[in-house]
Amino acid sequence: MNLNTIGYCFRQGLKNICRNLKFSLASAATVSACIFLFCMFFCICTNLDFIVKNAESNVGITVLFDEELSEDQIREIGDQIAKRPEIREMQFVSAEEAWESFKAEYFAGKEELAEGFSDDNPLAGSASYTILLNDISGQDAMVEWLYTIPGVRQVNYSSSAVSSLTRLNRLITLTSGGIILILLLVAVFLISNTITVAAAFRKNENEIMRLIGATNGMIRAPFVIEGTVIGLIGALVPLAGMTALYNRVSDYLTNRFHLLTDIFRLLPLSAVFPTMAGSALALGMGIGFVVSFFTIRKHLKV
Amino acid sequence: MIELTDVSKTYERGSRALRNINLKIEDGEFVFIMGRSGAGKSTLLRLLMKETEPTSGTLVVNDVLLNDLPARSVPKYRRTIGVVFQDFRLLRHLNVYENVAFAQRVIGKSTREIRENVPEVLRMVGLSAKYKANVRKLSGGEQQRVAIARALVNRPRLLLADEPTGNLDTATAEEIMRLLEEINESGTTVVVITHSRDIVEKMKKRVLVLDKGVLKSDEGL
Repeated sequence: MNLNTIGYCFRQGLKNICRNLKFSLASAATVSACIFLFCMFFCICTNLDFIVKNAESNVGITVLFDEELSEDQIREIGDQIAKRPEIREMQFVSAEEAWESFKAEYFAGKEELAEGFSDDNPLAGSASYTILLNDISGQDAMVEWLYTIPGVRQVNYSSSAVSSLTRLNRLITLTSGGIILILLLVAVFLISNTITVAAAFRKNENEIMRLIGATNGMIRAPFVIEGTVIGLIGALVPLAGMTALYNRVSDYLTNRFHLLTDIFRLLPLSAVFPTMAGSALALGMGIGFVVSFFTIRKHLKV
Repeated sequence: MIELTDVSKTYERGSRALRNINLKIEDGEFVFIMGRSGAGKSTLLRLLMKETEPTSGTLVVNDVLLNDLPARSVPKYRRTIGVVFQDFRLLRHLNVYENVAFAQRVIGKSTREIRENVPEVLRMVGLSAKYKANVRKLSGGEQQRVAIARALVNRPRLLLADEPTGNLDTATAEEIMRLLEEINESGTTVVVITHSRDIVEKMKKRVLVLDKGVLKSDEGL
């Protein structure tokens, strides 16, 4: 197929869309609905994943030791813990550092109140290690192991928030997958119908093309182009809508819940958009191409 | 050149459309194929256009053995033949020029080539003045001229015409036949399927008569 033929097929594909405008719009609207939901759930899942990862990276295990242990003994135990491959980061907090940090947080602006404790560290014996793991799912096993070390008094950890977010993420992924699948089937049906109508509309033209030596590819190409363009339109519209919506929601969350933005901040659009746009375009154009290709193969004898 | 050797065609439902046809049409000939309805004329045309396969026998058209022609080569083969139908089969939403140009577009000719070839062939069929007219507004004879122009624009070696005067009055039919004769004189082999004895007798060309799928006679009138 040379450039003239490709240009001709492309123009005919666009003409097909205009000739069957109502069917084409209905198909594009269904693809749009499907892709809008896809984009919405993609944003939600990506951000939840980000929040979970963020939370995970900040959820540490704090290991406290028997009070009679010296700092050297605690550091020896720390060296033993540090050899474990699951550990991403580990930080020693001495009793003095723990007290200084506590003072800075709770006596800010009222430092005189803490002066009564100047010679007597109330957190003596609370030297600890804070451990961050590579994978939060190994937390329970690590805690269990830590308790087996002689000298370890207490291990503090929390996994409830993280596991709730993970469960929520999984639920949203499954629900959205189901809804998207149903919409995809509707889109497939509508695009197939549109192409069938277009093929019936162009029956005479196709017959003439066949008799004067047009190749199968050339007779089918306008229909495949029609389906692909419907898919493209169906992807571009929700992408534009989602871009506007994402920015608004991001601004709203930042302004309305500014105290929680460290935890519940959304990823910047630039971090979400390339994958979302690529997937949406591939999905829309892919559906259009595949459905129209197989529909026209079925309906058009060439 | 067209050469059929022992060609038979039996359809799936059992009807025998052609029986052991042997014939040879040389390059540059003008041949009529006559016969009543059901004589096998349309089946013969469909065989020549590679729209259907013979049950037995061999067909050679323009040096191509059609029996062995793979499906992917059929479009290229069809570009070497032009076809004209009784019902014209024009694209009714296009004008004269676009209908003829359509045949060039589908085989990938450039716009420059189309602009050269289409006016030339429209001049040949006498429709230069009406190139912008919508084909729905043309008379039957003019519509058939457009169909002939479309069949000729890709410069086929063979022109097949299936009842080209079937929908036309006598005077217009004679004009169309004169046009086909001129085309033949320029070197194109012309095969006309018809059941009009009047036209055949006036033209004084070679006539093949089919009857119930059998080639009854082959004569120059």
